[in-house]
Amino acid sequence: MTSESPQVGAPALEMRGITKRYPGVVANDSIDLDIRPGEIHALLGENGAGKTTLMNILYGLARPDEGTILIGGEEVRLTGPSEAIRRGISMVHQHFMLVPVLTVAENIILGEETTVRGGFLDRSEAHKRIVDLGRRFGFEVDPEVKVGSLSVGWQQRVEILKALYRNAKVLVLDEPTAVLTPQETQEIFEVLRRLAAEGHSIVFISHKLYEVLEIADRITVIRRGKVVGQRVPAETNEEDLAEMMVGREVSLTVDRGESHPAGAALAIQGLVVRDDRGREVVHAVDLEVRSGEILGIAGVAGNGQDELVEAIVGLRKPTRGTVSLEGIDITGLRSRDVYEHGVGYVPADRHRFGLVLSFSIADNLVLTSYHRQPYSRGLLRNDEAIREAAEERIKAFDIRTPSADAKAATLSGGNQQKVVIAREFSRDLKLLVLDQPTRGLDVGSIEFIHKQIIAKRNAGTAILLVSAELDEILDLSDRIAVVYRGKLVGLRDGRTAEKNDVGLLMATGGRANGDSAGGETGSAA
Amino acid sequence: MSARLSRAWAILALPLISIGLSVIVGSLVIVFSQWLVTGELQAGLALDAYGALVSGSVGSERAIVNTLINTMPLLLGGLAVGLGFKGGLFNIGVQGQFLMGALGSVIVGVQLRESPALIAIPISLVAGMIFGAAWGFIPGFLKAVSGAHEVVTTIMLNFVAIAILAAAVSGPLNVIGSQSPQTLPVGNASLPVILGRNGTIAIIYAPIMAILYGWLLFRTTRGFEIRVAGASPDAARYAGMSPRHLIIWTMSVSGMLGGMAGATDLLGATHQMTTTYGTTVGFDAIAVALLGRTNPLGIVLSALLFGAMRTGASAMQIQAGVPADLVGVLQATILFFLIIGPVIKRIFRLKDAKTGLEDSATTFTATYGGEATIR
Repeated sequence: MTSESPQVGAPALEMRGITKRYPGVVANDSIDLDIRPGEIHALLGENGAGKTTLMNILYGLARPDEGTILIGGEEVRLTGPSEAIRRGISMVHQHFMLVPVLTVAENIILGEETTVRGGFLDRSEAHKRIVDLGRRFGFEVDPEVKVGSLSVGWQQRVEILKALYRNAKVLVLDEPTAVLTPQETQEIFEVLRRLAAEGHSIVFISHKLYEVLEIADRITVIRRGKVVGQRVPAETNEEDLAEMMVGREVSLTVDRGESHPAGAALAIQGLVVRDDRGREVVHAVDLEVRSGEILGIAGVAGNGQDELVEAIVGLRKPTRGTVSLEGIDITGLRSRDVYEHGVGYVPADRHRFGLVLSFSIADNLVLTSYHRQPYSRGLLRNDEAIREAAEERIKAFDIRTPSADAKAATLSGGNQQKVVIAREFSRDLKLLVLDQPTRGLDVGSIEFIHKQIIAKRNAGTAILLVSAELDEILDLSDRIAVVYRGKLVGLRDGRTAEKNDVGLLMATGGRANGDSAGGETGSAA
Repeated sequence: MSARLSRAWAILALPLISIGLSVIVGSLVIVFSQWLVTGELQAGLALDAYGALVSGSVGSERAIVNTLINTMPLLLGGLAVGLGFKGGLFNIGVQGQFLMGALGSVIVGVQLRESPALIAIPISLVAGMIFGAAWGFIPGFLKAVSGAHEVVTTIMLNFVAIAILAAAVSGPLNVIGSQSPQTLPVGNASLPVILGRNGTIAIIYAPIMAILYGWLLFRTTRGFEIRVAGASPDAARYAGMSPRHLIIWTMSVSGMLGGMAGATDLLGATHQMTTTYGTTVGFDAIAVALLGRTNPLGIVLSALLFGAMRTGASAMQIQAGVPADLVGVLQATILFFLIIGPVIKRIFRLKDAKTGLEDSATTFTATYGGEATIR
């Protein structure tokens, strides 16, 4: 306990000795947590540390096996979310629970409709309250606007408004910055500070260390279901927190070393790609990735990165332009043929694309090479070779599993991604396309995967890295290309790039500060 | 409970509970329908009926042979539906493929009725398989090129098959001068009897098809592709497989198995065709595949169960006075309880089985939801 914390007072919320067991695992092991009024309290921990379980208990979605919850000093039994909301606890989810086709006001009053006689909605009253609340906390939003037309950052504010509309005193935000640009993150931090100043308590769940240090008044670190310590930002640093979180020393910055790029491996010229709805989302992109270098593509999600990647690996037919690999034209080839030319691909969504969750690890490890020697003999599978390769890769990539026959679904997120990485990295590659390779992973797994990426680059593979995590791009890339609305709007050197500069390019496309990147657009090498 | 036992229980619990519940529902139907008609409540009647059902299906050598011979078309049909499920396709058109298979085998069989059996039988059987495969190819092709959902197209094609069959039998295949439209018997193309009075060689080749089904799915690269496409179409596309190709292939082979079921029934049991030719095998096969959880051994066992029920039904009607249609009630309620599996699992506090099998009920609903992601 740090008694010298700025806000001293009776806790707004207290969790005492919370224990929750699931078959074979203690998700929460006598956790104590106290949240003071007007405090921003960060809950830090790796995936699977027990943060989500604890918050589900707080939100009434799960019952603790032991322990008590006190709100304003009064012991409560939270039987469900509606009870939690009634007690002033509200949750802003990682994936927004908003209905895009409804307006801001409709979303906010959903489930809490003020009705006048006869069951009609009293809109004017609701509108007034929404506008008032927004004004009070410094983010006015038009109640009549459809939520679907708002940016992600503003959608998040609508979620917060929704909580405030229900008179929340304690707001739980689950990884609120995961989908935001650095600028949007700063804006949401402003909002949170205003809320805290008005006496609201904020529980801020995250695994991003620097953010936690910036925003929190106090930080509670959880590891394997237990509280391992509490800090105030002034008395700690990223290394200290990471060590508490992981339980061992971790290196936060990747030692990317020198790169020695050779000739162009991937060359893209005038590539135009349409999305599923037929809209042109990649506009005449020129890009070059050399062997032995990492080219990072920075951009807010949904600026055409997905379609660009899909067009490169043959999952989407480009409308115009060419893609060539070491001088061989691979435009419009089927993905199988693109892979055969020496392209490895780690897709963004490992659950949907990268893995078959109901299949064994061994089967998943040959998902893209099952048809080749030695995994197949003619028309038959060679189970022995598949098994041998699996054992080998499980060892080489430190995949924690009881056996190669275990279903992919039983692995943790980090180990699932290691299966994908092991599969793609083990092939004979000229180009490696990585789409969000560490999204949602814990610090330990990220560290491991980053090292593998660097090793692959040093071995002379060309690497195209797409990530929504700007820090990942800055840490790993030798060169950085910024995409904005389907265009490359800037190219920076990976070692000298400024975070703010790249962040601004991502958010505005370079118009705001007159950075006319047009001249260097894609003029790679 | 040892790990192996609990694993076996995890796989078998839902099918066994479903069968048990349907037996209970069946006895309620028996007792209450008796009560409604005669005003007497005889709990023993259910026991009598089930007793007759069991002895009529496995109580004598003849009964057992009959059960086996009734099982084989169900087994082949069950494999047809099961293969579709494994590939993420709900082939509800096995009925139509069955009819087309029977039609194909009767067309060729009648032509070859005086040829040597060694030639007539294989060619007639293969003709049925080809007709069935063609009838499966159509919905597969339509789905691959336009995304037309196979549930819709196969149901439609069932009706088309019935109409084609009637037209063929009353038209070109009709024997001039017969009382009502019917074809000639298939003569030498009839399947030879190898067991008892009517146990044909289907008793041998249908189980072999079940073994081939397992071999295809779990030992070949094509089987791996089918299973990946069924478990996750997106992952299949990512992995460089061709979903369109797989859809057409799977539907064709599924149709071929359905056609084989029809040819087996025609060449082995009816030997000729009338305009009203038809059974419910194609539809029962859906229940067989679901009860067997698309697993080859499971399909064999559930086909045997359904085959036994069909066989014992008439004995039950004669000995206990309970209509043979009760078997339909039993089959339908088994299917019902399987489909509401999640509810059953909750009521009986079954843990989610982490088995090697993809949950067939999940496949069922997922397929029926119709998420056609083809590009």
